[in-house]
Amino acid sequence: MLEGLLIGLQTALSLQNLLMVIGGCLIGTFIGMLPGLGPMSIIAIMIPVAISMGDPSAALILLAGVYYGAIFGGSTSSILLNAPGVAGTVASSFDGYPMARQGKAGKALTIAAIASFAGGTIGALLLMVFAPMLSSVALLFHSAEYFALMVVGLSAIAAFAGTGQVAKAMLMTLLGLIMATVGEGALFNQPRFTMGLMDLQSGFGFITLAMAMFALPEALFLVLKPKDAGSADGEIKDLRITRQEAKSIAPVIGRQSIQGFFIGVLPGAGATIASFLGYAVERNIAPKKEQEEFGKGSIKGLAAPETANNAACTGSFVPLLTLGIPGSGTTAILLGALIALNVTPGPRLMLDEPQVFWAVIMSMFIGNLVLLILNLPLIPYIAKVLSVPRNYLIPFILFFTLMGAYIGQNNATELLLLVGFGIFATILRFADYPLAPLLIGFILGGMLEDNFSRSMQLYDGVSFIWERPMTLGLLVIAILLVILPSYRARRAKMRAQGVADGD
Amino acid sequence: MALDRWIALVLLGICLIYGYAAWFTMDDALAPFMRRNPIWPSTFPKVLSVLAIVAALVILLGIEKSEQKIGDIDYRRLGDYKIGQALMLLGLMVAYALLLRPAGFLFSTVGFLVGGSFILGERRWIMMLLVSGIATGIVWYLVQVVLGIFLRPLPGFLVGG
Repeated sequence: MLEGLLIGLQTALSLQNLLMVIGGCLIGTFIGMLPGLGPMSIIAIMIPVAISMGDPSAALILLAGVYYGAIFGGSTSSILLNAPGVAGTVASSFDGYPMARQGKAGKALTIAAIASFAGGTIGALLLMVFAPMLSSVALLFHSAEYFALMVVGLSAIAAFAGTGQVAKAMLMTLLGLIMATVGEGALFNQPRFTMGLMDLQSGFGFITLAMAMFALPEALFLVLKPKDAGSADGEIKDLRITRQEAKSIAPVIGRQSIQGFFIGVLPGAGATIASFLGYAVERNIAPKKEQEEFGKGSIKGLAAPETANNAACTGSFVPLLTLGIPGSGTTAILLGALIALNVTPGPRLMLDEPQVFWAVIMSMFIGNLVLLILNLPLIPYIAKVLSVPRNYLIPFILFFTLMGAYIGQNNATELLLLVGFGIFATILRFADYPLAPLLIGFILGGMLEDNFSRSMQLYDGVSFIWERPMTLGLLVIAILLVILPSYRARRAKMRAQGVADGD
Repeated sequence: MALDRWIALVLLGICLIYGYAAWFTMDDALAPFMRRNPIWPSTFPKVLSVLAIVAALVILLGIEKSEQKIGDIDYRRLGDYKIGQALMLLGLMVAYALLLRPAGFLFSTVGFLVGGSFILGERRWIMMLLVSGIATGIVWYLVQVVLGIFLRPLPGFLVGG
């Protein structure tokens, strides 16, 4: 591990990669602050830039920096304007915004930055410990287990979608998988489902789809319903916190780093759930007197979600780097970028390309440090971006989505596909269909089919399902994951029907 | 019928067509020696189509109960939102897609950015032109020179391409 750390440090500390971290964090903070633009959109927009750099470590470092920056920027707008730019920072506005209203905006930002830093750093430490362990287990896996593992991942994403949403998430995942079968697959040199169109020969472009699923609907929502983001009135000053305050948030940060990290590791959970859960847990275990302060500007109530969301972001890299299976929309986009750069994340990544693996982990530490010492003092100036008029902002967002899709494929038909899918995605969002599962399904589709086909060929049929106990076990877990939530909801309803209402 | 079930109906239709292609038409083109393979190009799509049809039916028939939630935007009152602006912007994007090659990057992009601001209600022409012009120049320089991706700057007839 020490050797890996040194390789990583060497790669991450090269001038180019340092600039990538700093640049990524700054860009992420800038854009993440804008209400309505989440990390997925920002990363989707940055991908063409990252891919054209050609160096996988630098690209991944840049994108990871953007990811962290976006979460940090999102908390800034949550605190200052009560307008979270990112779903993962909604919980930060519960106590951050009241603090800002009381004139303690500077203090709130500092607490957010420290909590994010601690969450991210502790998360990265846990990642260093757990990723190699998981990877060595994963090396024992065959294609049959890989197939089963991906099925588990995809069903977990559907299962965590929430009550009444499981079927929708399932359908979206399957739609993503179906879309992945369009075009010429690697396994059979034969175009499928192209309807005779030359433009579909190579399948749908993944950047186009990512833009259409996230960036475009978000921009259209901004047009449809202008968020009345109040102005960030008042100076941001007095960034210091007292020793007393530091002492009271330290245990919160410790607990939430660990809890957030493990929630982040689970597929489909991610930063949003981690931050809400973190907030709820800390409120419940706080002493009675402090409990009343939650929601009115409690520093613990701000530190908890901030720590948890950053730790969860780091945690979500575990399945990506060790198994090559993304658990969230953001990591799915990162996976797509890596595949485009000829790097296949998975257990062999640590053996074959240790510099990529360790450089990413090292750049997490550097990125967190950059956010703390560079972005925090700059925040009063960066916050000025919040006053860019939307008349200029929205055309630019749309332009960047178009550019991203065009540069990726160099094909104007791609732009028409982007608009078409974008409209479709917006309608899906109206009806509360989750969009991340579609993209995750699309990105995993090729690998899922390859592993499935390989196992079918090795075992001359589907007998691999019962001949390999681990595969069978994983598939049973996948089925349980999908069925249990709806079964439990149904049983709860049955029970409720038998009981008279209390009042 | 609520919008989510309409969407499920449309998706069900798509899945049925997809399933039909996978189950009944794809295998005709398969070479005879490939037929002895345990896996065919249509195997995986067949599985997917069945699962997707089941999922679409679950939503369509309302088997999984869910409470109606109104998200950020209530689609039943679309008229209350700035739907006109959104549609015009989408039209502008289509126009951009069609004009990018023939009109060249610089003209179409300045046009797109100015047009976009105009649709959103901006009327300060000089400011608009200035902002879009500078931004277009910077993006073109970054993409063409720094990233090395070819973007034809001017209309074809001006550069003879």
